[in-house]
This record gives sequence, C-alpha cells and structure tokens, in this order.
Amino acid sequence: MADLTTEFLGIKSPNPFWLASAPPTDKEYNVRRAFEAGWGGVVWKTLGSEGPPVVNVNGPRYGVIHGADRRVLGLNNIELITDRDLQTNLDEITRVKADYPDRAMIVSIMVPCEEQAWKDILPRVEATGADGIELNFGCPHGMSERGMGAAVGQVPEYIEMVTRWCKQYYSKPVIVKLTPNITDVRKPAEAARRGGADAVSLINTINSIVSVDLDSMSPHPSIDGKGTHGGYCGPAVKPIALSMVSEIARAPATAGMPISGIGGVTTWRDAAEYITLGCGNVQVCTAAMTYGFKVVQEMISGLSEWMDEKGHRSISDFMGAAVPNTTDWQYLNLNYISKASINQDDCISCGRCYAACEDTSHQAIAMSEDRTFTVIDEECVACNLCVEVCPVENCITMVQMAPGTTDPRTGRVVEETYANWTTHPNNPSATAAE
Amino acid sequence: MADKIYEAGVQAGRLSAEVYDTHFSDLHPALDIHEAHVAADRCYFCHDAPCITACPTDIDIPLFIRQIATGTPDAAAKTILTQNILGGMCARVCPTEQLCEQACVREAAEGKPVLIGQLQRYATDHLQKQGIHPFERAAETGKHVAVVGAGPAGLSAAHRLAMLGHTVTVYDARPKPGGLNEYGIAAYKTPDGFAQEEVDWLLGIGGITIRNGSALSRDITLDELRGDHDAVFLGVGLGGVNALDASGADKAGVLDAVDFIADLRQARDMAAVPVGRDVVVIGGGMTAVDAAVQAKLLGALNVTLVYRRGRERMNASPFEQDLAASKGVRIVTHAVPRAVHGNGSVREIEFDYVDADMMPTGDTLRLAADQVFRAIGQTLEGDHLPALEHRKIKVDGTGRTSVEGVWAGGDCASGGDDLTVTAVAEGRDSAMDIHAALTGGNA
Repeated sequence: MADLTTEFLGIKSPNPFWLASAPPTDKEYNVRRAFEAGWGGVVWKTLGSEGPPVVNVNGPRYGVIHGADRRVLGLNNIELITDRDLQTNLDEITRVKADYPDRAMIVSIMVPCEEQAWKDILPRVEATGADGIELNFGCPHGMSERGMGAAVGQVPEYIEMVTRWCKQYYSKPVIVKLTPNITDVRKPAEAARRGGADAVSLINTINSIVSVDLDSMSPHPSIDGKGTHGGYCGPAVKPIALSMVSEIARAPATAGMPISGIGGVTTWRDAAEYITLGCGNVQVCTAAMTYGFKVVQEMISGLSEWMDEKGHRSISDFMGAAVPNTTDWQYLNLNYISKASINQDDCISCGRCYAACEDTSHQAIAMSEDRTFTVIDEECVACNLCVEVCPVENCITMVQMAPGTTDPRTGRVVEETYANWTTHPNNPSATAAE
Repeated sequence: MADKIYEAGVQAGRLSAEVYDTHFSDLHPALDIHEAHVAADRCYFCHDAPCITACPTDIDIPLFIRQIATGTPDAAAKTILTQNILGGMCARVCPTEQLCEQACVREAAEGKPVLIGQLQRYATDHLQKQGIHPFERAAETGKHVAVVGAGPAGLSAAHRLAMLGHTVTVYDARPKPGGLNEYGIAAYKTPDGFAQEEVDWLLGIGGITIRNGSALSRDITLDELRGDHDAVFLGVGLGGVNALDASGADKAGVLDAVDFIADLRQARDMAAVPVGRDVVVIGGGMTAVDAAVQAKLLGALNVTLVYRRGRERMNASPFEQDLAASKGVRIVTHAVPRAVHGNGSVREIEFDYVDADMMPTGDTLRLAADQVFRAIGQTLEGDHLPALEHRKIKVDGTGRTSVEGVWAGGDCASGGDDLTVTAVAEGRDSAMDIHAALTGGNA
C-alpha cells in the first residue's frame, strides 16, 4: 500500500488530509474525534488577541447551494474566528498535541495589524508545542470590517510586514493563508514569500450571497430580516481554487513555494488533483461539515488505491506533476484537431447533445426521424459541449484526427507539427515562423 | 386468525376492518415534496422528448417535471391540464409503463424510468387540493353543445367546450358523473372519492350542467339532442357486456366483472361486499385484472384469472399482470370456458385447454367457483346511432361521425386504444373541431 505520510515544511503527518481552520477545529472535543477518525492534521480555528473574545450572531450562520437530492454543492458562512477564550484554546491545543504527537497541529491566528499584537500572541502559541502557524489573511466577513482577515490579505505590503513579524517572533513554520477576493493571487503570494513565509495556503472563502429569500427580500442566511455576504466554500469553489493554486505554482516569483491546497476537497480525487498542481497537502472543511469526520477514510483509501495503481510510492512522486502541463492559452497546440464521436450502442437518444449543439453551438449534430444522433464532421469544432451535457459517461468522446488526414470542416490537412497562436498568421504580433 | 377466509360460499366480511383499509388504500402512495424533487431531478429534459410522443394527450412532460423541480408545482399542473384536463386521474390509472415511462430514455439506459405518472399526480394534486381551477372561460358564444356521457371523453370535451365559451349540457345514464373513472376502475387506484372531487374541480370552469339519469336511447334520443343543441358529442362508452359462450352460463353466481368493480367503487364499507372463497375471472384485460385483484383483496382464498390466449396477448399490461400475481391471483392461459356446473348456483367451471389456433387440445381444467366474473369485453349499446365500424361509432381524425353535427370519442368510437388518456385526448380534439365548426372555421 502506498505511503501517504506527508512531510510539509518538515511537519510530518500520516496523510495529506488536514482539517482547515474552521468550525470543525474549534475545540479539543472535535479535534480529538477528528484525529481518532484518521485526519492527518488540523489547523486550529483562528485565535484572536487576548481579551474578551469576538461574538458570533445568534441566528443562522450558514447558507447552502443544493444540488440534486439536497447534495451540498456550495456552503456560505458568516461565522467569525473563535469566540472562545484565548487561554482555553491554548490549553486545549497543548493537551491535544501532546496526546497526538504524530499529527500535524497548526494554529491559525488573526490579530490586529500591529507588531505588538503579534509579539504578544506568538510566544504563547509557540508554548503549546504546535507544529506551526497559519496567518488568517482571508476571512472575508466581519473580521475584515475591523481591518483584519481579508482586509490584510488584499494589501500585499501588510502581508509582507506581518509575515516578517511572525518569522521574527516565532521559530516554527509560518503558513500564509490567502484570500481569493483579489484580482491577482500571485501578488499576495509573492508578498508572503518576501516576508519569509514558509508556505501559502489557499483559498480562503469567496465573498458570497448564496440566495435571496423572495418573501422577506433578505439575503440568506437572514438575521432578523437582514443578511450580509459570507464566505463561500465547498465543491463549487474547487475550480477557482485549483486555478489560483496553479498560478502560484507556475509563477517564477513563487514557483517551488510549498502550498497547502484548500477549496472544495470532497474526495481523494480532489486531493490528488490539488497535489498534482503543486500542493504538498490539502485542507478540508465542507466535506467534513457535510458528512462528518469519517469521510477522511474514503479519502485515505481512495488516494492510496490510486497511488498503488499508478505506482506512486509517496505523495512527492506525483506532486506538481500537472504543473508543466498547465500553460497559457497562447501555447496550446492549434494543430491538434479532434471531432466528437457518438457511440451508438451507449446512446440513449435523449437528444441533449443535439439541443446543445443545434441551439447554442455549431449545428454539428444531426438528428434522424428515429432519434439517431450523429456528428457532422464538416461542422464540428470539437468544443466538447456535447460530451459534457451527455448524461451517459463516455458515450460521446473526442477523437483526435491523425496527422495527414483532412479536416472536413476546414478542408486542410492535419499537420503533425505543433503550432500555437504566437506564430499564427492571424496574430498581429506573431513572431515569424521559420 | 378470525378471518373467514376458509368458509365456502359467497360471504361478506372475510377480513378484518384494518386489513380492508390496507388492501384498498392507494396503490402508489403520493410522493412527498422531497421524493418529488429527487424524482424530478432524474429527468434529462430530453430534446423533442420521446415521452411526449408516447403520451396520447401530448403533455409536455419534461417541462412540467422541470417546473416541479424548480418548486412551481402549480405551473407544472397547468402544463399538464392544458393538454389533459383529467391529468389527475390519468396520473393514477394510465398504463405509464406502456406509454411515457416506457419511452423514457432512462428506461432505455437503466431500466428505471423517471416516475412520470407519480410526478404528474404530485403536481395535479397540489393544485386541485387548493381548489384552484387554473383556466378561465372565454366570453359566451351563445352556442349550446350536448355531451352524452360524463366519462373521461365527455368530461374532457365538455371542459374544453365550456372553456371556449360554449354552454354545455352533459347527459349521463348513471346517478353520478365520472363514467369509468367513477364506476370502472379498481378502488385502490383512486381511493378517497378522488373521481368525484376531480369532476367537481373540473366543473369549476363554469358553463357546464350535468344531467344524471339520462341515458341515450332510453331517456333521450340523438335526434332530440340534435334538435335542441348546436352540436352533439357522444362519449357513451361501452355499456354492454359480452356474453359467456358456455353451457350453464346462466347459473347464479356468474356475473359481470364491470358490475362487481362498480359495486366495489360505490361501497362505503368493503366488509359489506360479499365475495366467494373460490373465484374465477374470465378475461385478459384491465377489467379482468381489476376484478381478480379486488376479489383477492376482499378476502377470496383462491382467485384464478383464466385467459384464452398466452400472457403476451393479454390486454392487461405486464405491470398489471405482475400486480395480480403479487396479490396471489393465479393466471391460467390458453383455456376457454366449456361449462358452468352447479345446482342452481355455480359450484365449478370447466375449461378446455386450447392451442395457439384456439383448437381444443383435449385436456380440460375444472376449477371450484363460488363466483365467476365475465370480463370478456364490452360492447356499444344504443339505437339510432351514427354509422358503425368494427361495432363502434365510426369517426374521422377529429371525431366527426356519419351524422352532421355529431361527434364521438372515447371507448364508443372507432380508433385509438380504450384508455382513459386516449378518451381525454379524443374528447379534447373533438371539442376543438366542434368549436371550429360552430365559430365559422372549419378546421
């Protein structure tokens, strides 16, 4: 069986599945149960400064986008950082870490953007024996109104400054958690690196209003008739997070920087995908909040089985494997030509491919009287929409045209050579081809 | 067990009251909102969907299912009822496994179609339970149409005509409107007085008067109706029953299945309906299955359904046959009645086994029988009717008969299957043609 042991910033954990800083990691009771269920590590829910803790709303904190059968596709929350006493949290962290030395224990922190605030809290966190800290520069609601969370994460100079303080007053690894509520995620990542961060983790939640109650005219969740934007997470945000992760993995200024991937990790496959785009591990929240801690067991067995199948002996064997294949549009091979192909044996004649292509694409699918659907190669641009709307997996596939054959759509012979937009004659700034 | 299931003869109250309640409750309990949403989500919203083509009333099924899925069941109901005003009853009695659900692409893909019938019921019940009638009657045209028969065809025609602004009088031979919906369908398919509720709801359009106890040929004549109205629609159904061609068929206890079914539907208390310990039903259609299954549910110990051909030739759908088998009805095929034995009342019935060409094989079968129910087909009754074809009123594609100003539809008319949903379609289409004829168009 594949070895899932992960060493991230020198912090060992039995598997790459950590619970993200969030309600599941708010207290000792939960974290012990999580470790018993098999989670490799936790990022303890964000601690604030000494003093009266923050308060949460006393109405609903969550809103959800549901799929079929009320499957949770996206989760929105307006909960703040821990609303429990700082010392209570620190004591619990100390006890749990002592009892579970093989698990990763990271402490998330959010204190005001003042050196003294960090200078005060960091030694106390260090004293818990936790393995590292994660700086919460991402929380998009509530705390950001007070100049913390995303308000810091949106200003690269602040990130760099605070990170530097942390490296100065704390001896163990510092992870900077990034907000996606920003134009170019590479800038805060670069700032973190300049400040000396050991890693970045991303994404924090996305500003969101999940729905509006059409009777009360209040956003949901509604607190006495009023709502506010929350932070969006869950399966729906994975594509956004993967893209941001890939940008940091690819950018020269941040390439090679350890990344902890966060955003909609629900199955082992999601985790594997994050790792191929350069993450050293993943953090999970919504899947646990939906299914409970036990869900990690499927993640462990699934990742392990896939790694065995592929001959990967450790996470590092495939870490970043997809990064070289993630490129800019302009470098995609314009001589790669394919056509949709419908397997008539698998086709159930629903006609969704036809409706999609006929109404919204290239009129490249023909429908006969007896509901046989066939691709018109002369029109097919291989857009893949039919493949994606077909309810039968693999019934429609994209088949590459062999070099030397003629594309009936363009009448041109398919070339074997690679050619992209940078050299295309239609590109006004094309560099002359040889 | 105190049940009187082993006692010979014809007896009422063979089972306990609780068991009767269970036996005659809804065959398919209504979907709740979550079940409906899960079921609706399975619909692929097919292009030019095969289920629509398979529906005799052309209901836009993908659209109404999507309307359910998006939380607007009343809009879904209106989509259904626009095409089929008796969508609520059809949701309960349609052989969906041979129509829309057979055509469903998920039947092809997985053998598990979208639950179209049950979703249709979810939507129509949702609307009907609020007492909402979703259509408005057009301005009165001053035209008066007679509809004969308050069954599915007649009610469908009457509603459409009234909606278009005509005044409609519906004549029906029975004490209550509804036709086969009220008298001819197994009780467990439409419990709790649904058929009358639906008629009351349908009449909410206004402009329709129902005259019960008025039978064509007996109380009224076609000529009189033609004289008093601008048009006539005949939806009289098949009132006669084919006779049993066997010696001793006149013995007591040899009964018409349709009467048994009607009595069951009108019974207030199933415990009061007598049934034999040994029951034989002759026939292979829905009526035969409805009678056999209900005899079993009433507490008959041995119920045998005997059909002259193979199961594949039975008019009852495979679903209905399986339902009968699951309730403990024994199905015997390739046997025709030869003689009814008994001293005054039936005691036994004897059958000849026959081959594929209906020739006796020489083997016979004798079955004990306290009751024998004939379900070997119904026939058109009445005098001075328009021209017939295959013993039914001959109609063209829009229901016109050989007599000027007279249309016909439903079971009494030629063409189409004898299904509730087909009758509704024919009533509706005749109404549209009558409307065109009365308003100057000649569509």
